[in-house]
Amino acid sequence: MTITSDFVHETDENGAEILRFSGDLSIASLDDMPERLRDCHSVDQLNLSEVGYMDTVGAWLVHRTARDMGAEVVGGDDEANRLIKAVGDVDPASDVRPDPPNPIIRVLGDVGEATSLAFSTLSGLISFLGAVVVSFFSLLLHPGRIRWNAVIQRFDVVGVRALGIIGLMSFLIGLVIAQQGAVQLRQFGAEVFTVNLVGRLTLRELGVLMTAIMVAGRSGSAFAAQLGTMKLTEEIDAMRTIGVSPTEALVLPRVLAAVLMLPLLGFYASIMAIIGGGLLSWVELDIPPGTFFSRIREVVPITDVYVGLVKAPVFGLIIAVTGCYQGMQVKGNAEEVGKRTTAAVVQAIFLVIVLDAFFAVFFTWIGWN
Amino acid sequence: MLGSTPIEFDRNYDGPIICVKGLRNSFGDQVVHEDLDLDVQRGEIIGVVGGSGTGKSVLMRSIIGLQTPDEGEIRVFDKQILGKSDAETIEIRKRWGVLFQGGALFSTLTVAENVMVPIREFYPKMDRDFRREVAKYKVCLSGLPPDAAPKYPSELSGGMKKRAGIARALAMDPELLFLDEPTAGLDPIGAAAFDNLTKELQQTLGLTVFLITHDLDTLHAICDRVAVLADKKVIAVGTIPELLALDHPWIQEYFNGPRGRMAAPQP
Repeated sequence: MTITSDFVHETDENGAEILRFSGDLSIASLDDMPERLRDCHSVDQLNLSEVGYMDTVGAWLVHRTARDMGAEVVGGDDEANRLIKAVGDVDPASDVRPDPPNPIIRVLGDVGEATSLAFSTLSGLISFLGAVVVSFFSLLLHPGRIRWNAVIQRFDVVGVRALGIIGLMSFLIGLVIAQQGAVQLRQFGAEVFTVNLVGRLTLRELGVLMTAIMVAGRSGSAFAAQLGTMKLTEEIDAMRTIGVSPTEALVLPRVLAAVLMLPLLGFYASIMAIIGGGLLSWVELDIPPGTFFSRIREVVPITDVYVGLVKAPVFGLIIAVTGCYQGMQVKGNAEEVGKRTTAAVVQAIFLVIVLDAFFAVFFTWIGWN
Repeated sequence: MLGSTPIEFDRNYDGPIICVKGLRNSFGDQVVHEDLDLDVQRGEIIGVVGGSGTGKSVLMRSIIGLQTPDEGEIRVFDKQILGKSDAETIEIRKRWGVLFQGGALFSTLTVAENVMVPIREFYPKMDRDFRREVAKYKVCLSGLPPDAAPKYPSELSGGMKKRAGIARALAMDPELLFLDEPTAGLDPIGAAAFDNLTKELQQTLGLTVFLITHDLDTLHAICDRVAVLADKKVIAVGTIPELLALDHPWIQEYFNGPRGRMAAPQP
């Protein structure tokens, strides 16, 4: 059992100030002694003759007190003297945390860093895209080098395996749009326009957009994590030394798969959403499926389908390029893979939505209303 | 567990520090340890060796309570710790420090803050400034330069990470230190320096060290005794000359193989 340490302040016959310690001087028994010692000044001697057990924390306290007050240490046993010498030999460190910078400088610095990071990411993405395009055309010149196996495998992962989740999601979105539309439009007796709402909104915007978001979350993140891990385990470096271009072997199949799969998935998502909307219209508004689909054909111009199909491959390109770019940027440690994966998804979704806005303006401008 | 009283730590106990009896560990069908016995004496550096997959780390994890064995008895400081709750073993756990293979430093904290974590956890009332001071001299005690204290683990080299890990393991002034392959991944100079540090700390602080290693130089340089793990148990414990006198093929291969002979001190 530890005995709580204590000390008394006394003056001997020669007028010397003495601190006489007692009990155990260990991390467990110090209690508030460091604070109490701070209130003592001008002491000449620290007497340890009544101290029991001592550990390095106690030794440090004695050493520091003696050093700060210019006192001498007496009465310690060999063990105690050895410990005090051992802790006295080390040079105390400067601080426990790096010095915090001035807050104004820090804020300015953060803003500057974020801005330069945004620009360097953008320029990095663009040059990466350039590299992908160059290697695509060089592959077109030597079609024998295309890795069809890898491409087909990516089709499966990016496209086929996403059918379930994208189908379900789009079906539910179609359902919700129809339900909300029906409630609002009923107020002025225009619930039949629910069909227009569902048809145009899903084919033109939501089908492709939601698909892009889902693919960014599913495949964009996977691309970043796969390539990032390969970068960490030096697989990509190994590839380069063997003479295989990572862009050709790893990036292009993924980009091709995303570019080719996204229009198909987007169209499929729109159809699923229309089915969902149709089901709700049938149940809520008593519009039979046959009527619903013939109305869809009347009210949705074919340009709406084109709008969706033109946007989809561009979104696919953005998702795959962002994912692969972030994956290839991984260096250092495993934590980086997580950070880059998050960045890949966030940037892909952000860029997809920004481009979607540009597309909306563009298609209105060329008259595809 | 509410209401459970901590097992008291007895400073005057003088017998074996670690006492493992009849230990059995298995993962699914694969039995790692079967009827394993091991005693570690006070004040010694015991090296634990064995081929890959013989369960050196599992043995350490069993002793420090990260792995619950199927059977057996583990006494640390003469206190039975198997099957006891964290609240009951807290006084015992304060008396040991562990250095994990990769250092296992908390990456969001600086080195000094890493050292302060166990102190704050076990002695929350300790004065903040004094806690910082203690952390700072522990960092120096582990042989790191003073300017390493405010650095983050990611800014340190492999050898410095190990030293920072030692500093954290020593935070509570333990009597018993567990080291899991401390010199793995260090260059020979760094490894030798780390061996010296271990020996120095063991001598100044009167530590008992349980050291898992593959490094033959470490075994020769600092270990008082070596325990050999093979065939699911500790087949032999002793000084290296004692082990060499045994006629076990693995031990002979290990110490008398080309690497073993190179590491042996020249007569």
